[in-house]
Amino acid sequence: MARPAMNEVDYAGPDYSDVQGLLRFGYGRLIKASYALLRVKNAAAARAWLRTAPVSNAMMMDPPPSTALQVAFTAPGLRALGLPEPVIAGFSLAFRAGMAQESHARQLGDVESNAPEYWQWGGPASEVHLVVMFFAHPDTFDAFVQGITGDTWGAAFSEVHWLKTENLDGIEPFGFADGISQPQLDWEQQRHPSHSEFDYSNVVALGEFLLGYRNEYGLFTDRPLLDPDAASADLLPALDAPEKKDLGRNGTYLVMRQLEQDVRTFWQFVHQQADGNAADAQKLAAAMVGRTRAGDPLVPVQQQLIPGTGTAPERIRQNQFTFDQDPAGARCPFGAHVRRANPRNADFPERPANLLKKLLTMLGFGPQGFRDDLMSSVRFHRILRRGREYGCELKPEDALAPAPPDDPKRGLHFICLNANISRQFEFVQNAWMASTKFSGLTGENDPLLGNRQAIPGCPVTSDFTVQRDGALRHRVTGLPQFVTVRGGAYFFLPSLRALRYIAGADDV
Amino acid sequence: MTPQTHFMILAPIVPAREAELRQLLTAMNDAPGRVNPDNALIPFARFDTLHYARLLILDDKTIEDVRIHGVPVRTYPLYLAFLGDIDGAEDTFLDELARRVPDGLCAIFACCEGFTSETDLLPWMNRHRSPAIANYVNTRGRTVRQVHEEAALKDAIEAYLTSHALAFEGLLPAEIHTRLRRFVDAETSTGRLTLSGEDATPVGWWIANTLHLIGAPFLVLLASPLLVVVAPFYLLRLRQMEKSDPAPPVPVDPAYSEALAFAEDRDFTNQYSALGSLKPGLVRLLTTIVVLGTVDYAVRHLVRPGRLGRVRTIHFARWVFVGGTRRLAFFSNYDGSAESYMDDFINKAGFGLNVFSSNGVGYPRTNWLVLDGCADELRFKAYQRRHTLPTQVWYKAYPGLTAVDLERNTRIRRGLESATLSDQEARAWLALL
Repeated sequence: MARPAMNEVDYAGPDYSDVQGLLRFGYGRLIKASYALLRVKNAAAARAWLRTAPVSNAMMMDPPPSTALQVAFTAPGLRALGLPEPVIAGFSLAFRAGMAQESHARQLGDVESNAPEYWQWGGPASEVHLVVMFFAHPDTFDAFVQGITGDTWGAAFSEVHWLKTENLDGIEPFGFADGISQPQLDWEQQRHPSHSEFDYSNVVALGEFLLGYRNEYGLFTDRPLLDPDAASADLLPALDAPEKKDLGRNGTYLVMRQLEQDVRTFWQFVHQQADGNAADAQKLAAAMVGRTRAGDPLVPVQQQLIPGTGTAPERIRQNQFTFDQDPAGARCPFGAHVRRANPRNADFPERPANLLKKLLTMLGFGPQGFRDDLMSSVRFHRILRRGREYGCELKPEDALAPAPPDDPKRGLHFICLNANISRQFEFVQNAWMASTKFSGLTGENDPLLGNRQAIPGCPVTSDFTVQRDGALRHRVTGLPQFVTVRGGAYFFLPSLRALRYIAGADDV
Repeated sequence: MTPQTHFMILAPIVPAREAELRQLLTAMNDAPGRVNPDNALIPFARFDTLHYARLLILDDKTIEDVRIHGVPVRTYPLYLAFLGDIDGAEDTFLDELARRVPDGLCAIFACCEGFTSETDLLPWMNRHRSPAIANYVNTRGRTVRQVHEEAALKDAIEAYLTSHALAFEGLLPAEIHTRLRRFVDAETSTGRLTLSGEDATPVGWWIANTLHLIGAPFLVLLASPLLVVVAPFYLLRLRQMEKSDPAPPVPVDPAYSEALAFAEDRDFTNQYSALGSLKPGLVRLLTTIVVLGTVDYAVRHLVRPGRLGRVRTIHFARWVFVGGTRRLAFFSNYDGSAESYMDDFINKAGFGLNVFSSNGVGYPRTNWLVLDGCADELRFKAYQRRHTLPTQVWYKAYPGLTAVDLERNTRIRRGLESATLSDQEARAWLALL
């Protein structure tokens, strides 16, 4: 049976002019970027500034733009701008609670030295209302920022923090190529996910990343749906409830985390484990990441095409693989960062040969191996990453030297976009990255991101296991904490129509 | 084989003493969601056959939901539930409990109706036992003692491998197996490790279980002529109801959800307690009883150890009627966060979840009983969160160990019990370490 047609309201493809550009572009050519974390000082002035802010949309431009501006709001921010409480209640629980809320922080592993109380921004003492993101070429950047901030800026906002970024040419501070694997958004909504998907696909339903569209369940994620009135007149109708105006449509949630990376400790630890042998050190570091520094996977690419991977030789070399060919973790350890972040699995442990086999698997009579069917299906847990590095580059070979007294801080301003924070970002971070029990392991969390904190009955979480086929695994112990969370918040990245609605709140 | 059983004591709370009871329960915890295993009232850790236990006040905030069916709201007393999963017979355990910690139990039950200073504890507890309609045990026969012994075995092997890492370099899997067997033999013979054998299966239990195995299908067979006649009418009626039952979306109160979350994720394993009303009418009640009877039969006699359908994260679970047959409670102990628990249900066991939950008031609409329902992800998540109850006290005998950890440790032990393994077996066994 065909799924319900989109006959509620005619769907004529995505309206790129209504979507903030970050959903479609990383603005990689605009190598300079800064994020202003702000609080609303004067709501009327803030709304006035928002009304005139030239926020960039997702239209393809020729020539490409030389600047870009993006704006996103936290729940307290929407409140401060005068959005009525019933409207805010339409947003997800996770967004309204915020990243720093106690139970969310605990789930994300943000405890002890990572706890929100120590954050430089976004914690209880430094709550943020909105983020304004500036992207430009270095030579025009300052003028761009000056032009945008203008006179009303100072009256409207108080600046909590400016997050500067650094262009490291696609290499994250530990020295590995980053941002290689990204889901392919199904902008044209060609993909109609069935109840059981037997193959890993990199094409993901638009509704996983953009509110107001069908997600991988074929459903619409909750978001504020408003009764039509003068204020909401400009908003698009909800595709699933045409009598309502959809404040979420063409918008999404933006997750931001400042991850400080201790590059020296990382490389010094790895070298020490390798007894100073540089090649072995590189090998161990690659095992921890799950890719070589150049970004090549540790498992062989497959012949069979993976939808949404692309056809360019580089894309195939770096992304046309799953871990099916490595069931023992002998090539890429089970606990490697990229294997945790995206296990590249499908809905079933293996493709059932027939309906009976499928039924038997569903009833628990499928594969009975220790590691069979431990993981959730990845298509419900994808995120679109848009982070940028900060702090000056430190090459791995230079990282072996002791830190000078004025060693600058470096790391990643992690940004990801998703339509359902709890099922996507929080799930990946909680069940896969921070979990000491991922994939049948125990005593280890993510080799890069893990907080190494003991949990009751599990005093050690600082191992990293390198599985070997037909030989005893190699267990690395005593991993220090390499990454410390310094700030974070959940934002709503509105569509341009929704932005106008927010900017017009209370002024109608 | 020592079978696992379950107890649950359910008693109405004296309204005037609810606050006092809550204080008592809170005092059993070290911190929110974290019980003091040696607390003064019920020092759980002293009972070495106790896997899990919890005490909670069944404060059903969704009692008015039945109004959507146009039926009057019933009033129920506020119940206290004390339940646990144990090795061996329920009678033996309750007797031991009443004998060893009478003061703590009396202090708690004194807040319940009909319990005075004159009350004889054990008979009172027995009168308030509330049997489950269905029970799930992750792995039948695995005792608390076995869990601890096998965890110690794994730790000892790990420590040995760490201190003798070089000696194991380059060895074949079968050679490693032989050496570790030798090590474990030495450890057990000096008493540093204990690996107790299985106790004999209690004869009474074996007979009852066998009768259940054969008897239930036999009864179904006997009734089959009648069932065949009734089935079409029943299915038609059920289908009608399924299409017309109201299922309005009701949002979760964020404060309520946060309060629940405050006690969650303190251990890698979490407790889950939920309570809800059944849809009115005999058809729904019968469906519930038949479905859960089937579930009980299947998990007792058919499913593979460690797997409830495709779900491998549930240690124990049970379904119990609370105060009559109009309200059903579900209790479980599962690994991971609440969100991943629900995702597992939706994606791996949705059909099973639908088949019994669809009889609950307000459950997202199902299609032929097994389809849709919880596949309406957000609607379902809101539904179950609203029905989740705060659990005041929750005890687990083996903190930090997941159901998969227990399975791994058992597999390690089984492998060691074989004198020789084939190359393939030895590889699979080695991969557990």
